[in-house]
Parts: sequence; structure tokens; C-alpha cells
Amino acid sequence: MKLLPHLLTAASLSLPLWAHAAQTPLEIDIGYIGFEPDHGPVLSNILPEPDDAGLKGAELGIADSNTTGRFLKQRYTLHALSTPDAGQILPATQQLYDQGVRLFVLNLNRQQLVDVEAQLPDDVILINAGSADNVLRTEQCVPGMLHTVPSRAMLTDALAQWLASRRWQRWLILEGNQPEDRAYADSLERSATRMGARIIERKAWDYDTDLRRTAQQELPPFTQTDEYDVVLVADERGDFGEYVPYNTWYPRPVAGTQGLSPVTWHRVVEAWGAAQLQSRFEKLSGRWMNSRDYASWAGVRTLAEAVTQTGTTEPGALHSFILSEKFQLGAFKGRKLTFRDWSGQLRQPIPLVHPRALVSQSPQNGFLHPKTDLDTLGFDVSESRCSVKGDS
Amino acid sequence: MFKPPFVKSLLLAALLASPVAQAATAYVSNEKDNTLSVIDLETLEVTQTIEVGERPRGIILSKDRTKLYICASDSDTVQVMDLATHKIIANLPSGEDPEQFSLHPDDRRLYISNEDDALVTVVDTVSHEVLAQIEVGVEPEGMAVSPDGRWAVNTSETTSMLHWIDTETHELIDNTLVDQRPRHVEFTKSGDRLWGSSEIGGTVSIINVASREIIKKLNFQIRGIHPDKIQPVGVKLSADGKYAFVALGPANHVAVVDASSYEVLDYLLVGRRVWHMEFTPDQKYLLTTNGVSGDVSVIDVDDMKVIKSIKVGRYPWGVVTLE
Repeated sequence: MKLLPHLLTAASLSLPLWAHAAQTPLEIDIGYIGFEPDHGPVLSNILPEPDDAGLKGAELGIADSNTTGRFLKQRYTLHALSTPDAGQILPATQQLYDQGVRLFVLNLNRQQLVDVEAQLPDDVILINAGSADNVLRTEQCVPGMLHTVPSRAMLTDALAQWLASRRWQRWLILEGNQPEDRAYADSLERSATRMGARIIERKAWDYDTDLRRTAQQELPPFTQTDEYDVVLVADERGDFGEYVPYNTWYPRPVAGTQGLSPVTWHRVVEAWGAAQLQSRFEKLSGRWMNSRDYASWAGVRTLAEAVTQTGTTEPGALHSFILSEKFQLGAFKGRKLTFRDWSGQLRQPIPLVHPRALVSQSPQNGFLHPKTDLDTLGFDVSESRCSVKGDS
Repeated sequence: MFKPPFVKSLLLAALLASPVAQAATAYVSNEKDNTLSVIDLETLEVTQTIEVGERPRGIILSKDRTKLYICASDSDTVQVMDLATHKIIANLPSGEDPEQFSLHPDDRRLYISNEDDALVTVVDTVSHEVLAQIEVGVEPEGMAVSPDGRWAVNTSETTSMLHWIDTETHELIDNTLVDQRPRHVEFTKSGDRLWGSSEIGGTVSIINVASREIIKKLNFQIRGIHPDKIQPVGVKLSADGKYAFVALGPANHVAVVDASSYEVLDYLLVGRRVWHMEFTPDQKYLLTTNGVSGDVSVIDVDDMKVIKSIKVGRYPWGVVTLE
């Protein structure tokens, strides 16, 4: 029943009065740079990924922040570039800096993040909302960089915890031929070691058969190894992985980048008020919110939350506040989110989903940590060389 | 089984005449069943289940206690139920996705949170007209009208603010920034203090209504429960002014707070994911709705003990009681 628009004509639409926030309006400019590369031909190309993933999340983050900002005399503006042309990224970032933008949400790959940081002066906040690369959280720390996108290790640890709680500890790993696939498979190996799982075999898929026709012939023999409890797929762009479920030699479940997947976000997440976020997003973009959208949304919301709490736009002050105990982000994952003050990584629960339902959410019960159970996912302080506080 | 209709009506007449029908009653909204459970407060048992609109959440009584207002969130309406007949007698134009609401002391103006639309809708319960719509923050949730009728206070979950609405002009006068995800607000009987819970922040703020500033922030700690899982939602203040009860969501406990010293006195274990609460009319018991376990816990207020849990529908959300 939609009675409202009709009745509104008779109703008075009251606008807020700015009683408390009498100071001059605060203008907050946030830059968004998104690299949307062509991922090349994939075998499973029936359901394409949206080409504005990330951007729409940032836009919703701005809309949400402006609703709050109205009451505080804060106005948030997004300066967005979303491009398949890698050559545009550095000039566009520099141009935004020259125009006075100091707060950036970056949906970029590792090398692009490193390059952007190297190019810009220090008086900026850079939020990585694109790269899950483990190296950025351990060895190749980008000075001052915050990460709202989970590392691959957080994802694979989340899955490994769940597999451990099911006692499915014998894994067959299948990896694709992209560097990202190898990185995901490496991350799975690390998680296996942490959770006491045994890797039966790690096999690379390098056939060029069109599996849409022949999966039933190709995959059973490919997965004929010593017995495993679960097949773990590392195929980030979705080349062959979609064809692994139901085609394994043994009747076993499939998890990883396909099958049961650890994700930052998915349409099936609806608890803790997430239903409202999902419906706002769908209204804005006409599609479902995905992990990239969520990471960019969280990036913008992190900056806005820090501005709201501190009343400043000065990057140094915001950076210290975000990494302090005082910062908390309500982000529809059932608890407040904070940043790791060594790697700049946003701590967050990881949903485990299949395409139509939420299966679980990690950390699993019983995985304990002296500080917070969220730090059982990904790299703890002792495993990371980063010191995001000191080098900001 | 076939029953001649006159037997049914005779039975109903007998029920209405019997003293059992006079016993105090609780109504509980079951969010995922689209029903209300009716609990007899003498026997503490469910006596009836009534079908209502989709996703019923907030429920409140009219001031004369003859009507029940029901936020049927997914039907985008507030339903009015006649408590004598249990029939829906009207659907109010609530705006989209009504979640919580509060009735002005004038018994006419209903202040409704429209969660999906960042609006508070004010509806006249007599003329069924929308009197005003007030823009508030993202995901408006909790609503309370002050005992003197001057203020309507709304909480917006994602904006983390309490919005102060002047009920004369229906203008937004002031905002109080609180901790993350404010869920519920409750005025003291005297109207000079407002208690507001922050679910993700894990705190309850006590606000001086005159200055609209926070004068005290309560924190909660329960042994063996991670601080992040202590998520205050419902707040109830006892009529004698002695206690405040705070429902702590997935911590599965209700905190008992001394309402004057603000000291946390005790934590009572209830059902899973406890959200809202109501006292029985004699103030002897406090009922809590436990969403995940699908039941209502009964707390004996004198002994501060949970004496019973009553199975209701799926995801019980709101609760009211009447004589």
C-alpha cells in the first residue's frame, strides 16, 4: 500500500532547523578513483559483473553521510573517476589533489595504490577499497594506507575456520592461471596451516576447453586424487570455477571463490539492519550491492564518521582518530568495526555465502584471541611489518 | 471438525462473561509470523494467536486502552485493532516501512518512524490524516513523546543522532549525537530525563531534557561475553522510579540499573536476542521479547529473577500489557 505520495499534498513537509550547528558549513570533498579493467574472456560469462562496482557504494556512502551532515552543517561531495584506462589514474588523482581533495577512496590494484601514494604529498588519507593483496598488510606496507577491503587472508581464514568447525580438514585446491588465483591459493595454504587442515593436492587448471559443453567429462577425472573432504577453488574472475560444483570425482562440497564463498558483502546478508542498507543501495543503483561496493561504502563512511566525531577535515587529525580506540563504525555486520593500528586494516566479520543464502559468518565460535576474536582473521600484529600509525 | 455456529457463539459469550476474560493480558508482535500472540498474565500462557499485517514490529495501546496500534512494516501501514473484538478496524497512512512509534498524550497524534525513508510521519488517529512529515537521519527507529507532550524524539540508526521535534510546529529543533546505532528512547515519568540506547556503541546515554545534552553514559560488562556482543536495545523504567531495565540483544541478558545512582546492579539471563520489554499492569513482572529463541521471558521484579519463559511466534519484537 503506497498512500504516501497522494497524501503528501495535504501534509506539510517540515524542514529541519539548524539550532545547534550554527558554525559555518563544513565542506568535505572525497575523491574516488576506480580502475575497472577488462578481465578478458572467461568461460562462465553468462552473468556479467557490474562495471560500476565500488563507485555505487561510494555514492551511497556520500548520500548516507549527507543525511547525517544536514544536521551538522556538513556537506559531502564525491569527485569520482571510474575508468578501464590505467593511464588516467595518476593524472586524475594529481588533479584532484591540486583542486584541494585530501581524502581518497581507491578501488585500485596493489601497484596502482603504491604509485598513487608515491606521487601524492603526505597530507592525504588513502583508503584501499580495491586490493585484497596480502602483501599490502604484511611486507609492502604503503605508508599511512587504510584498508576497508578485507585481505585475502581474512577471507580464507574465515572459510578455514568454518571448515575446521565442520571438521572438513582434507582439502583439494584447484587454482586458475591468473596471478590473483595463485595469490588466493597461497592464502588458502596459509589458512590450512593455521587451522590444521591437510592439502591433498594443489592443481592448476590450465585447459582451454569450453567447459559450458564439457564440464561433465573434464572435471571428474581432473579432481580424481586421494580422497578429500572439500574442493577449494581459487578462480577470482570466475573462469572455470563455476563448473566445479557437482562435477567433482568424489561427492564433496566446493568452496572458495565459487561454491561456498567468503565475501565482504552479498545480497543475502540481511541481519543487523543490513536489509535497510541493501534496499537503499538497490534504490540508488538498480542492482545488488557486492563486496566492492561495500568496501567503498565503508571507506566513505569511515571518513565521514571521523569528520562527524572530530569536527575537522584535517587529514592528520582524522587519521589518528580513525586508528584510535575512540573510532567505531556501524556497518551492518552485527558489531562495531575498528581498524588494526598496525596494518590499517578494517576488522570485520566475514559472511560465508552461497549464491542464494547466508551459510555462516566468521569468526566462528571458539576461535579466541586475547584482544578481539576479529583478529583471528588475517594478519595479527606479530605477522605484519606495517606500522600505519608511525608512518602516516 | 464441524461445529454448529451457535455453539461457537455461545462459547464466545461464555468466555466474555467469565472472569478469566478480565485477567491482565499481554500482546506480543511476531515479526516473522505476521501474528500477535496473546498471553494470559494470570496463567502466563499463550491463549490466542491473531493474524495481522506483514512484519509486525512496534505495538502500542491507545490511551484509553481499547485499541492497539500495530506497525505492519512490510504492509507499509499502521493497523488499528479493536481490543474487544481483535478485529482490524482501520489502516493508518503511516508512510513506508513503519517500525516504531509513539502516541502523543493528546491520544490523537501518532509519531511514526519510516525506516526506509528517513522520515517521521505524524498521523491523526481520529481523522486518519497525515499531519506532517519531518526529515530526519538515516534509518529512523526509536520514538518517544515527552510526558508533557512538548517533544517527540526520534533516533536515527545510521546517523547516530537523537532528533528533537517540536510537537507544536513539527519542526526539528535540535540533534544530540550519541554512540553508534541508537535504537530506543524512553522519557522518565517526570519528563526531565531521556534514556537512549546505542546498540553498536554498546552504551545507554542519559540526557538532560532541558539542555538536550548527555549527562551520563552507561557501559555494560558481563563475564564471558565479548563486549561487542553487548548491544543495548530496549529500555524500560519502573513506575516507582527505582530501576531501569536495559535489554542487551545478543548478550541474552537484561541489565538492571539503579535509576538514580546509574549503577548497574545485576544482569539477568533471558532468552536469545532480547530486544523489547514491558511491565505487567501491577508492575510485578517484566516481560521481554527474545527474537532468536522465539519466546518471552518473565522477570519477577521484586526478586529480580527470571521465573518463566513462554514460547510465542517467530521473532517476537514488541510487547504491551493491559488490565
